[in-house]
Amino acid sequence: MIAGSKLEKTINSGQFVVTGELGPPKGADLTQLKHHAEGMRNHVEAYNITDNQTAIVRTSSIACGATLVQMGLEPIIQIVVRDRNRICIQSDVLGAHALGVKNILCLAGDHQKFGNEPGSKGVFDIDSMQLLKGLKDLRDEKKFMGGEELNGELSYFLGAVENPFADPFEYRVDRLEKKIKAGASFIQTQCIFDLDRFERWMEMVCERGLHKKVAILGGVTPIKSLGAARYMKNNVSGITIPDELIERMTGAEKKKEEGLKIAIETIQRLKEIEGVAGVHIMAIAWEEVIPEIVERAGLYPRPKV
Amino acid sequence: MIIAERKPLEEIAAMAAPYKRVCVLGCNTCVAVCMAGGQKEAEETATLLRIHRKKENVDGEVEVFSIERQCEFEMIDEVLEKLKSYDVIVSLACGVGVQTIVEHVPSLRVLPGLNTTSMGYPTEQGVWKERCLGCGDCVLDLTMGICPITRCAKSILNGPCGGSAEGKCELGKDVDCAWHLIHERLSAFGRLSDLEEIQPPKDWSKSHHGGGARTSVREDVRIDRG
Ligand code: SF4
Repeated sequence: MIAGSKLEKTINSGQFVVTGELGPPKGADLTQLKHHAEGMRNHVEAYNITDNQTAIVRTSSIACGATLVQMGLEPIIQIVVRDRNRICIQSDVLGAHALGVKNILCLAGDHQKFGNEPGSKGVFDIDSMQLLKGLKDLRDEKKFMGGEELNGELSYFLGAVENPFADPFEYRVDRLEKKIKAGASFIQTQCIFDLDRFERWMEMVCERGLHKKVAILGGVTPIKSLGAARYMKNNVSGITIPDELIERMTGAEKKKEEGLKIAIETIQRLKEIEGVAGVHIMAIAWEEVIPEIVERAGLYPRPKV
Repeated sequence: MIIAERKPLEEIAAMAAPYKRVCVLGCNTCVAVCMAGGQKEAEETATLLRIHRKKENVDGEVEVFSIERQCEFEMIDEVLEKLKSYDVIVSLACGVGVQTIVEHVPSLRVLPGLNTTSMGYPTEQGVWKERCLGCGDCVLDLTMGICPITRCAKSILNGPCGGSAEGKCELGKDVDCAWHLIHERLSAFGRLSDLEEIQPPKDWSKSHHGGGARTSVREDVRIDRG
């Protein structure tokens, strides 16, 4: 056991894991965030708290994470390398740890060009791989990135993201292996719509035995409308949406229900794929639907660990 | 070479408006090659400035000439007396040229006529691409001659990231993913396993980001003035 978080315990128990995602608000009122968190208290093991997602200024992920800790819930703090250098990131990690955060997800972050501060200076002092390795060494070797000794102990569970839909496809398994080497104990993938491609990726992952070294949580996003599907297909880098899915949404009478059905079917198929340890549900601006998805996908009640 | 673009004429005209005797000074090396500030562009700029000033009823005259490199004291010295006869110099050199004149002859007033963008080269007629950031610690040996510090939108050393799709960067379909190119070259040379190594954080203290404006000293070529 590394951090003793509920996420880690559930992964270690070998049971299918469910995590959900919460986006902090564009303001300091956390009522809605707390409401959504409360609504899925019994449906997810832990909550990803995004870090200024899509480069839009929002309440800090650590502040929101600490709020969840106060509610007796378990956050997975996302840390992107876009906005902070290694001094600030390490300092924030110490702060998050002091506030009771037990899970950290390391990622690069969307480029600031697409956010609401396009004139800002991208930091990118370190990359997501170096962040992962740096935080692992801080925890395990008790050494800061610069080599100085850490005072005391740190225990957090480290995760990373991987995108099986990015190119070059063959490299995506190499990259997963590299992230494991760098320190990832769990992986959350980009939203899965192209299940065939995801299966091919998982086959390669299992061939190399990587699924035994890291818990892979498949990313699932319910599509709220046809417009949302089209938008993601054309504008969100790193997401592939097959044409059949667009057709299915086009033909559906009740779009929201169809979107939910697709998400549920995706989860059911993911459960059958060798090496998939769980799902990470990202219901962007539709958080309240997560409990229903979990229940209808047969993942409720959640195991006690 | 250094790549620059001319500032909009209105901006140059507004900067130069308070001055009577204006000199548009071209620079015939880098910025001449990128067609922003050589003799030809200096003449064009002077002509446009004259027309603009006439329309706006601004008094005075605009003259034009150029030197080989505004970034060398000796070359500035050759035209020093002439330069001193103007109220202001609109330099069509890169930012280095402007500052060289000011540092060498503090009494001169120099305005920037160009926006200096980058170090790079032309990939086709009329297209210049940035290729070096001058980070002070070249990694091109690791990356098969393609610079991720400059060409990757996130300057990552362990790429390609999850935004890379069909060879393009998440920045847009018109931007090549530098790491895709690196991956391709490593693959062609049978060196893909190089990517397995986790490249450690970069030492930015050698670059501008960590060290401010840098000074390079070569003791072996310095002239002993003592
Ligand atoms: S897509 Fe390629 S160039 Fe763009 S940020 Fe990622 S690795 Fe860098």
